[in-house]
Amino acid sequence: MIRLNDINKTYETANGPLRAVNSVTVNISAGEIFGFIGFSGAGKSTLLRCINLLEKPDSGQVFVDGEDFTRLQKKELLKRRQKIGMIFQHFNLIQNATVYQNVAFPLEIAGLDKKLRRERILHSLETVDLLEKETAYPVKLSGGQKQRVAIARAIVTNPKILLCDEPTSALDPQTTQSILHYLKRINQEFGITIVLVTHEMEAARKICNRVSVMDGGKVVETLNMSESIPEPQSELAKFLFVNGGGI
Amino acid sequence: MGIILELMPQIVKAFGETFYMLIVTLSIAALLGIPLGTYLYLIRPGSMLQKPKIYLVLDMLVNIVRSFPFLVLLVAVIPFTRFVVGTSLGTTAVIVPLSISATPDFARLIEQVLLDVNRGVIEMAEASGANVFQIIWKVLYREARSGMVSSATMLCVSFISYSTVAGLVGGGGIGDFAIRYGYYRYQPKVMIFTVVLIIALVQVIQTIGRSVSHRLDKRI
Ligand SMILES: Nc1ncnc2c1ncn2[C@@H]1O[C@H](COP(=O)(O)OP(=O)(O)O)[C@@H](O)[C@H]1O
Ligand SMILES: [Mg+2]
Repeated sequence: MIRLNDINKTYETANGPLRAVNSVTVNISAGEIFGFIGFSGAGKSTLLRCINLLEKPDSGQVFVDGEDFTRLQKKELLKRRQKIGMIFQHFNLIQNATVYQNVAFPLEIAGLDKKLRRERILHSLETVDLLEKETAYPVKLSGGQKQRVAIARAIVTNPKILLCDEPTSALDPQTTQSILHYLKRINQEFGITIVLVTHEMEAARKICNRVSVMDGGKVVETLNMSESIPEPQSELAKFLFVNGGGI
Repeated sequence: MGIILELMPQIVKAFGETFYMLIVTLSIAALLGIPLGTYLYLIRPGSMLQKPKIYLVLDMLVNIVRSFPFLVLLVAVIPFTRFVVGTSLGTTAVIVPLSISATPDFARLIEQVLLDVNRGVIEMAEASGANVFQIIWKVLYREARSGMVSSATMLCVSFISYSTVAGLVGGGGIGDFAIRYGYYRYQPKVMIFTVVLIIALVQVIQTIGRSVSHRLDKRI
C-alpha cells in the first residue's frame, strides 16, 4: 500500500545540516495500522509528511498503490492528496467555520457536487458521534470533540489512507482512549490504512499492528504488535516499552 | 449657533468631500492593497511560494512609499496626478496621492494579519490537496477576515487625518473647512463644532468597524 524506499531528508539549519530522516525504508500493508514511535525530534513527523509529499524527500521514493509520488506533477499530486486524510496534534480546524463547514472543506477542494456533499458530511459526523454539533464553531468544542471533527473531515473523501501526527498528544488519557477507539473503528469498518506517529507507547500498543521505533532519523527496529509479547531488541525500544505502559 | 446654521451648507459640502475622498481612496487601497499584501505574504521566505528576491524588492518599495510624509508625497507625485486626472488641484486630484499612500499601508496590514493565521490550518489545507487559490479564499481570508476589517477601520481613521491636507491644493473637505473658517476668519465656535463633528465621525467609524469585525470573528 505504502512503500517508503530509502527516504532521506536533510534540513539546512543555522547550526549546519540536520539529517531529519536517514535512509528509511518501510513497507506498510493495506488495512494495517502502522505506528512510528520515538522521542521528540526523532524525525517521525518529517517522515509522515513525506508520505503525502508535504515534505519533499531529498532522495528515495514514496510508492502509494504502486505509484511513485515523488515523480508526480504538482497538479497530480494535489489530486492524490485528496485521497489521503490527515489529522494533527492541534486539530487544525478552521476557527471561523462551523463543524459542518470544516468537514465540508475537503469535499469543496475535491470539487464534489454540492448536492452530494451533505449526505457524506453527515455520515462522517455520525461516524464520530458528533451529529448534534453540526452548527457549532470549534471554539465551543472540547479537545476530544475537536479531534473527532478533524477525523470526520479526514475521512469524508473516503480516503484509503489516514495519516495521524500525534493525534492524542494534546489530550487527557480518557479522551486519548476515545480517539484511539474511533481510529480503530475506522480502520476496521472502512478498511482505511492508518499511519500513526506518536511518542506514547500506550497509544501505539493499543491499536497498532506494527510499530517502527525511530531515533535520530533512523528506524531502529520494527516490532510486530499482534504477537502476544513483542520482544524489543534495541535499548530504545526496551526503554519505550518499560516506560510506556510496560509488558 | 446662528453662524453654524448659516454655514451648514458648507459643512455638509465639506463632509461630503471628505467622504468622497475616503471612499474612493479606501476602495483603491483595498483593490490594490489586498492582492499586494496577500502576494507579500505568499512569497515571503518560508511561505508557500517563497520568492526571496521579489520579496526583498517589493518589501523595500512598500517601506519607501510608507516612509514618505504625506505632504511630501502629495507634492512629489504632482506630475503623475496630472497625468492620471488631468489636474493637480481639487478633490479628485488629492485621491491620487491618498491612494498611493494608502495602498502600501493596507498591503502591510494585510500581510501582518495573514501572518497571524495558524500555520497548522494552512498545512491541513495543503494536505487536503488545496491549491494556492483555494488556500487563499477558503482558509486565509476566512481566518483573517475580522483582522482585515480592523485594519481597514484603522486605515480609514488615519486617512481622515491625511485627507485634511487636501485643503492645501483646493481639495476641500473638513480640513479645508476648518482652516478657512476656524483659522483665517478666526471663528472659535465653528472650529469647535467642526472638531466635535470629526470626533463623532471617528467614533462612528470605530464602532461600526469593531462591531463588524466582532461579528465575523468566531474564535471567541
Ligand atoms: N522545517 C524544518 N526546518 C529545519 N529543521 C526542521 C524542520 N522540520 C523539522 N526539523 C528538525 O528535524 C528534526 C526532526 O523533526 P520532526 O520530524 O518534527 O521530529 P518528531 O516529529 O519525531 O518530533 C528535528 O530536529 C527538527 O528540529
Ligand atoms: Mg512531530
